[in-house]
Amino acid sequence: MTDLLQLLIAGLATGAIYALAAIGFTLLWQTSQTINFAQGEFVMVPAFFALIAMKLGIPYVAALVVAILMSMLLLGAAFRYAVVGPLLNRGVLPLVISTIALGIILKESVKDIYSAEAQVFPTLLPDRNVTLLPGVTISLAQIGVLVVALITIGGLQWFLAGTRTGRQMQATAQNPTVARILGVPVERMILYTFLINAGLAAMASILVSPIYLAKFSNGETLGLIAFVAAIVGGFNQVRGAIAGGLLVGVLDNLAAAYVSTAYRQAIPLILLVLVILFRPQGLLGRKEERAV
Amino acid sequence: MRTFLIALALLVVLALVPADLTGLGLPYPGLKRYGTYILTLWLVTAIAAMGVNLIVGYAGQETLAQAAFVGIGAYLTAIAGKHGVPFGISFAASGLLTFVIGIALGFPALRVQKHYLAFVTLAFSVLCWLVFRNETAITGGVMGLRDIERPILFGLKLRNAQTFYWFVLAITAVMTFVLWWIVQSPWGRAFTALRENPLRAESLGVDVRLYTLLAFALGCAYGGMAGSLYAPLVEFIDPSPFALGPSLLFMLMVVIGGSGTFAGPFVGAGVAVLLPEWLRAWETWYLLIYAALVMIMMALFPGGIVGLARVSVRKRQP
Repeated sequence: MTDLLQLLIAGLATGAIYALAAIGFTLLWQTSQTINFAQGEFVMVPAFFALIAMKLGIPYVAALVVAILMSMLLLGAAFRYAVVGPLLNRGVLPLVISTIALGIILKESVKDIYSAEAQVFPTLLPDRNVTLLPGVTISLAQIGVLVVALITIGGLQWFLAGTRTGRQMQATAQNPTVARILGVPVERMILYTFLINAGLAAMASILVSPIYLAKFSNGETLGLIAFVAAIVGGFNQVRGAIAGGLLVGVLDNLAAAYVSTAYRQAIPLILLVLVILFRPQGLLGRKEERAV
Repeated sequence: MRTFLIALALLVVLALVPADLTGLGLPYPGLKRYGTYILTLWLVTAIAAMGVNLIVGYAGQETLAQAAFVGIGAYLTAIAGKHGVPFGISFAASGLLTFVIGIALGFPALRVQKHYLAFVTLAFSVLCWLVFRNETAITGGVMGLRDIERPILFGLKLRNAQTFYWFVLAITAVMTFVLWWIVQSPWGRAFTALRENPLRAESLGVDVRLYTLLAFALGCAYGGMAGSLYAPLVEFIDPSPFALGPSLLFMLMVVIGGSGTFAGPFVGAGVAVLLPEWLRAWETWYLLIYAALVMIMMALFPGGIVGLARVSVRKRQP
């Protein structure tokens, strides 16, 4: 029982990280119909920005800030204008292909420029065990991950629902044409979405890298999990992505403990197939008109 | 008739490329073993790419599992061959099995939104790779399966690189013809209608979902049959060429060649097979350069190489 509780908390911690990646993915899809097949690499890369900054002698916390800013600049603004911009009115396929190619570029550059080896990445809080209830010990690092991720998600929810800009962004996501008529600066809102996606990916990167180490090939798994979380929760919902992320995280940890480690990766994929079979709009999603 | 003659001439030229013509008094020594191997690999890759082109270029869907389907065909043929099953049967079985899997994957995915097929195939691709790697008793795991026999055709051994090339060329020609026939048939024209204007196609009585599903399954079957030829070609298979990365490369190669054009998959497969040979000296930078080229291409010429060639031909003859 206490084992299960520990696994659940560990699962929620990794799940909250997955949720960060899935939220950004959903936001991008909603506001600009961009399916970002490089999302996993977007989560892999910022950790290397931080590692490079630390190599240059910048202290840890400042290096994290540098990583987030670099990520917003390169994976947010530059991605918006250099990659997505020229392709927006060309239909879906060129954009899909371009993000696939971008994923390969990011992965190969990290491998060729930085290193092909997995890099140790420092944790926010020390990896020390604390006793919550008698018999239930959790590492402080995990609590740190959970708290930071939940604060980020909470902050985002507040921004989207509670500020004028946030509501304008939601309007853009729901119906760009009407939003434009109502005077919402749609272009700027789309840029904000890209910046937020990059910021969330950087947060996820900083939180996940101490657990899985920073490695060029991490993007494949992370991207897959972000897709699964977004679809399981409901593609058209931010809270769907949160629920999906947490669910996948918990399942992933339970699977690692109770199912063979060789097939651990398969569990979220089977969940994905089940959801598409029986509840295609996602667990929290609304039914949408089927695209022809 | 003209198309038919051009196709025949192309086939003859392709058949002669690896052959030693010095015996006929021509100064052409043919290709060495490795050159013939690369040429055969190009054909096998092109078969799988034709399948992707049917799915992407004609049915307007995305598949991220073509390498996994190639893998299913390859493992099936390799394992069946070890138990003495003749190649013809494993080849047909590879096509049939991947067709059925295609239906099973496509049916639920196509009920929903457009991109769900991409995600379902993505998941399937990773699942297949896990099975290839983990089921050591059947697939040999990371050690792979070695010493895969090349088929024997009516008592004629295809052990020799050149004979095997001709064998693959003949199969490729038949499969190309079948696909050409499908695309030209009313069935195939429905695809073009679908791609150009789905709403109108549906109002004219085209069952969009059924056509898309069949196109997807058929594309998967082309992958499976390509795999069935791949196993005896390389004679050793392990899970790595059937992972997610190679599946993504299949998508890139079709779009680079020109998706929705008939020659596109051949051009794309040629680029994908030959480029790593030419860029040998660049080693690990090769993928980086390739992906960057793809991105530039998407921004400037989304029609691919074939589309680009068409535009430049049209410009020359006003």
